[in-house]
This record gives sequence, structure tokens and C-alpha cells, in this order.
Amino acid sequence: RDFNERCAQCSEVNWGLTDGGGFYCRSCHNVIERTREIVNTDFITNSRVQTISKGSKKQEESEGGCEWYICEGFQLVLKKQVEALEALGVHPQMKDEILCNFWRCYLQKSKQAYCKRPAAETVKTLSVCESSTDVDSDPERPSILHLLSLSESEGDLQTDCSSFASSVSKVSESTSVYSGSVDGSLYLMKNQKEKLRMTMPMTLSFCYMALLWMREPITLSEFLRFVVEGHIPYLNVFEHFPEKMKLCGLDLKIFCVESWPVYEEVFNKMHELAAYLDLPRFPDITESCFLHPDMLCIKYLMEANLPDELHNWTCRVVKKIGIGEVDFLTLMPGNKSTRKVKYDVLAAAVIIVVLKLLFLLDDCYEWVLSEFAEERNKNNTEGGPYFEFKRWYEVVKHSLDVKQKKLNEERAKYLWRCEKPLFYSVKKKSKVLKRRQMVVNLQNQFGKLSGSVQRAKKPNPSSFQLSWSEENADGSCFHGHSLKGVLQEKCGLLTAMNPDYWLCTVKLCNEKLCGHLAHYREVEFPQSYHFVLGLFSFLLRIQPSYIHDEVCMIEHKLFNKKLYKKLKYNAVLRK
Amino acid sequence: SSNEHKLNFKKSKEACLSYIQDALLQKQWKRAAEFLACYVESLEKDYSREHIGPSEMIWRIGTEILWHHSQSSMKEFNCFIEQMKTLGVKRYLKVCLEHVFHLLCNGQIDEAYQNLSLAESWRFGEQTAIQDKEMKLIQAYRGLLDYYSWSKQKNILLEHGEDGFSDLAVEQEMHGYFRKAAVSLKEIIKIPGVWDIFVKCYVDLLEFYGDHNEARQVLNEYAYNSKFPANPNAHVYLYQFLKRQGESKKSLISALKILHDIVPSHELMIDFNTMLQKSKKRKKRRLGLEVIFTALDYAGWKENAKAWSCLARQVKQIVISEKHLDWIKQEWSSRKDWWPAFHFSRYLAKRNWQENKNLSYGKALVAGLLLGKDCKYFKYVSHQGCKAQLKRFRMLKKFVNRHNFVYMRISG
Repeated sequence: RDFNERCAQCSEVNWGLTDGGGFYCRSCHNVIERTREIVNTDFITNSRVQTISKGSKKQEESEGGCEWYICEGFQLVLKKQVEALEALGVHPQMKDEILCNFWRCYLQKSKQAYCKRPAAETVKTLSVCESSTDVDSDPERPSILHLLSLSESEGDLQTDCSSFASSVSKVSESTSVYSGSVDGSLYLMKNQKEKLRMTMPMTLSFCYMALLWMREPITLSEFLRFVVEGHIPYLNVFEHFPEKMKLCGLDLKIFCVESWPVYEEVFNKMHELAAYLDLPRFPDITESCFLHPDMLCIKYLMEANLPDELHNWTCRVVKKIGIGEVDFLTLMPGNKSTRKVKYDVLAAAVIIVVLKLLFLLDDCYEWVLSEFAEERNKNNTEGGPYFEFKRWYEVVKHSLDVKQKKLNEERAKYLWRCEKPLFYSVKKKSKVLKRRQMVVNLQNQFGKLSGSVQRAKKPNPSSFQLSWSEENADGSCFHGHSLKGVLQEKCGLLTAMNPDYWLCTVKLCNEKLCGHLAHYREVEFPQSYHFVLGLFSFLLRIQPSYIHDEVCMIEHKLFNKKLYKKLKYNAVLRK
Repeated sequence: SSNEHKLNFKKSKEACLSYIQDALLQKQWKRAAEFLACYVESLEKDYSREHIGPSEMIWRIGTEILWHHSQSSMKEFNCFIEQMKTLGVKRYLKVCLEHVFHLLCNGQIDEAYQNLSLAESWRFGEQTAIQDKEMKLIQAYRGLLDYYSWSKQKNILLEHGEDGFSDLAVEQEMHGYFRKAAVSLKEIIKIPGVWDIFVKCYVDLLEFYGDHNEARQVLNEYAYNSKFPANPNAHVYLYQFLKRQGESKKSLISALKILHDIVPSHELMIDFNTMLQKSKKRKKRRLGLEVIFTALDYAGWKENAKAWSCLARQVKQIVISEKHLDWIKQEWSSRKDWWPAFHFSRYLAKRNWQENKNLSYGKALVAGLLLGKDCKYFKYVSHQGCKAQLKRFRMLKKFVNRHNFVYMRISG
């Protein structure tokens, strides 16, 4: 816009900007060599995109808006998210090097920038002026655009009313196809087969992918929890868009979310993305890594208020079934044979398996053991207390119930809207603003009547949701308790007193067919098992069935030989 | 709980609503307000497919909270309702009407009147026609308040009349209110429905101005038009009117007939029986007996001395005449199994005697004739009566002894 040279072809000074930052003359559509940086972020674009698109009508510019593309919007979102992560302590390298490279790679792969468009492709895009509701009235005006592929011909902009009319019928939105961005409607109409279309949940996948690459000490469940708690911009992230990036119409469908993404969704998308971008093997997850099950188990044992001694057992299980191996844990994108590792769920499942090993958790044995421990603790106070399952259950259940109740109420009181108004079209703007005003009035009126309850400020992000202090005199912290009550010495080794074990499932399902390794139904399992599943389900904010799946997987690895023998035996019998 | 972790706007607001509901049921107004403040942003979302949208929810819930909350003032309440009126044009008149009710409950009659007038003048395209019913109600209530004003003026006039003053201005005003009220009230009672208060007021107006024909027509319509829902009060009003007009027993009796069918336990059954007993027509006397027996089937009548004396009188009269004992037999056949325990137990004998001699007398007479002189009730009461040396009980004893054959005749 600051460029004032006359056009070589028509001598006009009327320049617009193409996708790739190239200049073109609006009057005669002549494209010149001069390019400009496309986005105002940290990284530099070097390639040129040889496509043409015409900007919106001058009308929009006069309102103070600017032309912007959907991918620019997402870029801004990612930028905000990674900055928030930085504020939480993530290494700045993630933003400057990792994430932006991932993003650039994505743009390239999805052919939104940094590439040549293939010759055969023809895409149509629409941008309807707010003032002209009847497009056919003036066929002379270039009110419709065509995004043409061109490698040879330089910029012929055609106007074609008939093709516009047929395109409109494809769009199932309201009668006026409208978006503040240039390619909003295009974005939603695109064929999804080859390209991985960018969505808001996918921004989280991007972030997590970068976090994983950097091996930052944050799990996916923790990351998602921070998002829900508001520490990472996600809901209403468009509040951060600059004033001139006007958001309306179809943009809302893309950028406004009204639900929190689910763990599975973000996780699966991330893997899809990694494969799509042809990324190499991720940096190794070794034993000293936070995401290694040995490390995560420490964290979860602490949070679950379980004795530190259990850590020996989790390590033993991890070692025995090989899930601590570098090759198992490290992500190899595109490798379909290995199971994708959910580090947090895995660690939780290991702990549960250990609990089953030591306490059986059949709603009977663990209470018996607990009684013995209780007796011993009453009579003998020296040498530290033995771990009593019953006491642990009572203490943890109480805290869990309180937290769960609080969480449920918070969820019900969640405010989804924000100050920045959204509207599909300018026609609806005044109505939307009036509604917003009324909502604010009502919120004030009833807020005052709710007593002195102030809208609680965002709690500081914390890694631990439950914390237990050994300084509490009431003995509600079990970290230092001893497992002697449930162990015995055999041949110089400490083994569990419990001789039995029950498998969650004898046969694993085919995950690819039904999506799960097993199907969890509360009534079919002991209450104690359900309780520990529920505990970790709360901590990780995922459904118990996912943890149950991992437990099944671990058990099958652990008892592989015995199962194999049994199946073989059964097969022999049948013959 | 499988979808517990899948949280979206809709589920979040559903959960919010259930918290509000719990709080309302437990009358925790502060808590309800807290959650409602979080719910209101639903207004910004499109719920056009739902049966009850957020705007209606907020109106109803907000009204409840503001009405009951200790810190809420009428001013706040009014302010809130005004906002609600702008929220849903399809509901506009309904909201106005309910607002008026609240104002009336709060004693703010003038404000209520203003709101009604304002609502009456509301026009909104085709909505005006769609909300026609509500509009009629609004006009009716405005008419009712006009009646109320008329009534006040009337009382003023009457007072002044005694003093010898004649206040022309007040009279004019009074007539003005009458005209306004009459027009509206007449309109609403044309529509089938239960309009007790409107009918009463309208008839009151008509009677005052001497238009008895119109009044009679209105009441007949209200009572006998099959399009109107069955309403015992309609018959009561008609009866009372006819009585005021000094109509014949015949028309009074016919007015009460349907009432007996609909509400056999109505308090007017005593009047009804009294009239029927005295009738010259046999059928009517027969009906009278049925009426009084049926009324006494109801627990609420057990201790109604007047009713028992009506029954006693009629039974006595039949016994003396020795005609139509079969009537008593017919009435008694379905009652002989349970009336003794229901009315004539020894416990009741004692209690009735203690509490109400007249009641005991009437019941004892009936018991003695229907169950014989050896029945518990009669024995106890007559014994007590004679002991107390009350003449009528002695007479009663003699009478029943003399007619002891009756109970055998009727119980066969």
C-alpha cells in the first residue's frame, strides 16, 4: 500500500497484495516481481506463491479492516499459545525454532504458502460485498473471484456470474456467504482428502507436538488442563487478533470453539500431523526424561498420596515389560506398527497394575491387609507406620470428592463468551451488541444478588492438583509409609504377599476395529479398582476407559507367557 | 458419566440449569442467582430448536429469584421485567400479564393499571393477532381494576348520600368506570372459560344499574352453555342471583339441580334439601331425601348439625306418614354397611354428646329410626339425654320406641 510506482501496463497507481506477498495492479491485474513479507511474525518467507487473489473491496479497507487469510489467523493463534507456554516456563527455543518450523512445513505441505500450485487445480473462492445482496444486478463489476492456477499465464482475472451462482448453491450457509477473511468460505469448502485442514483443536496438537519434540516436562493431560483453566489461549482466542483483522461470517465457524477438545482428539491429530509433515524420529525419550514412565510414576505416586516405596515396583514392572525402552517411548512418525504412547496414561496404568499386584483390589483382600496393618500400627509405633489401604482410601476419597464437586460446579459456571462481539454479518451487528449489553446487565444484576462471591480469579497454574504434606500432624500424608505390611521375603527378594492376580480382560480387542483394547463397565469390576481408575481419571481429566485400556495392555505384556501357554493349552484341548 | 469429560457449551449450560433448579427447590436464592448469572450468556446463542429457549428460562427463573430474594427490591424486579419484555416478542403480553399479577400481589394497584393500559395499546404486526387471547385477558383485568375503582367511587357516594351530599364529579367518574369495566368484562366472558371473578363483578355492575335481564342472561350462559367447562360456582352465582330477585322456588330448585350433580357435598345442599322437602311434588321430595343422604356421605358433613336435623326432620316425617318407607329403604340399602361405623359408633356418640347437643339429637333420631332402639348411638345419647332431664330427649326416646318396627322394615 505504500508502494507508489506506476504500473507498467496501465500506468495506474492501484496496487494490491497477493498471497505470496507479491504486488499486482488492481486495474489491469499485472503482477510484478516485487514481493513483500506476508506476515508480521518472527519468521521470514523466502518463497513466492504464484497465485493471484484479489483483495476485498475498498469498502472494507475504509472501515479499518485489512485483508487477511485464515492461515494468518491460525499463525497468530499459535503465536499466542506458544507465548503463553513460554510464560509458564517453556524454553523459548520452542517458539523461535521448533514450532515455527513445524508451521512453515505445514503451510508448505498444505500448499497454502511457500509453493507452486499444481497446474491442474482450480479453486473458486467467494467474497460477497455486504452492500450488494443481489449479485446479478451488475455483472460488469468484478464481485466474484477466481483463484487460478498459473505457472505460465500472468494474472487473468475473470468474472463469471454463472459459476458464482452455482458455487453459492453449494454453500449451505446463510444466503450471503460472508467472511472477514479473504478465504474463509474457501477454507470450509475444501476437499479434505489429502490436506490436513487446520482447526482450532489442531493448534493444540501443534503445540503439543513441539512440546514433545523439546521433551518439555509437561504431559498432554496437563497441557489440556492448562488450556481449560485458561492459561493457554484457546477459547475466544480471537480477542487477541488485531483490530484490523475483522472476524465475521464463516470465520466464526473456524475460530470460535464451543467445546473443549478431548485428549484422544488432540493426541490422534498430533500423530497424523507428524506423519503428514514427514517428520523424522523425535528426540529420544530416555530414562532421565520427564516423560519416561519411571519419572512420571514418581509424580503420580506423590499426587495420589501413595507410598514412595511403590516406585521400586513401578520401575520393576516398567523394566519387565520393556516400556522404558527408548525405542518404545520415542515417537517415530508414520510408523503404523508401533502403538502410540500416551505417557501420562501409561504411567497411571503402571501404578494401577502395581496396586493390583500388591493389594489385589478385589474388594476383599486389600481390606484384610489393611486390617493387619492397622493392628500393627496400633501396637507398634516405632519404625514408621505401615501403609493402611483403608485410611488411604478414606483420606483420598474425601479430597477427591471435594475437588470433583468443585470442578463440576466450575464447569457449570463456565463463561464461554467474551467481550469481543461476534456476528455473522454486519446486518446482525446491532442485534448482537444489544444482546451482549443485556447479558452484561443481567450478569451484574444477578451477580450482585449472589452474595459476596467474586468471580474467582484464574488460579495459578500448578502441576499438582492434589498435594499432601508430611507436616500434617493428622497423618493424612502417606508418602513415607512403609509397604512392609504387604511384602514378604522369599529367597532374599521382596515379593508381594498377595499370590493372586486377576486380569482385566483375558482377550484384548482389536483397537483398530472398535477403537478400544477393552470395554470398561463399572459394574463388572471391583469397587476398589473403579476407585483408583476414577482417581487417575480425575487427575488426567480423561475417561476411565482409556486408563483401563492401558492397564489391559500392560497386563497382557506382563503375563504374556502365562496367557500364551494357556491359549496354547486350550487350543490343544480343542483338537 | 461417560461423557463427563466432553465439555461443551450446551452441556455446560445444561449442568448450570440443573444447579439452578436444585438451588430453587431448596430456596437458596443466593446460590440460584450465582448460577443464573453464569447462565445468561445462553441468550447469545441460537436455541431456536429447543422447546423452551433460554430467554423464557431466564424470565421465569429470574422472576422467582427476584421475588423471593431478601435483598431484591420491587424496583429491581420491575427493571428486570422490563428487560424481559424486550427479549421475546412472542411472549410480550404474557410477561406483561404476569408482571401485573406480581404488582397486584405487592399492592401496587396503580402501577398494575398503568401496565395493563400500556399493554392494551401494544401492537406488533401479526403478533397482535396471534396473542389475541392474552390481549383479552389484559383487557379483562383492566376492566376488573376499573370495577374496583367503580366500587370505591360507589362507596364514597353512598357515604356522602347519607350525609346529604351529592357529588356530581364522583358520580360521573363512577359511571365512567362502569362503562369501561362493563365493556371489557362482557368481552371476556363471551369466551368459554372459568371467569368467576369477572362474572361476579359484571353481574354486580348490572344489578346496580338495574339491568337484571342482562344479568340473568349472562349467568344462564355461564352456567348452562355446554361450551363452558363445568363450573359449580356458575350455578351458585345463578342461584344467589335468582334468590336476590325473589324468584320462585321452582326456578331456585332447578338452578341447584346441576350443582347437586357436580358437587353433592356443596354447602348449598342444605338449602336445596329444605326447599325440596317442602315441595308438593313427590318427585321433588324424593330427590330431597337423596340430596341430604348423599351430602352426609362426605366426611366434611359428619358434624353438621343442621344437615342432620334436615335428615332427621324428613325421615321423621316419612315415618309418621307411613308412606314412602321404601324411599328410606332405597337410600339405606347402599349405606347400611358403612354408615353405622362412620356415623353411629359409640365413640362418636360420646364425643357428639360432649360437643354438640343439637348434633346428638339429630343423629340419635336418625340412628334410632334406621338402626332400632338398641343401637349403640341411640342408646347412649337417649340415656344421657334422659339423665340430663332434657325434655326433647325423653320425647325422642318415646318416639323411637314407638316406631321401632321401622328399622326392620327398611333393612330387609
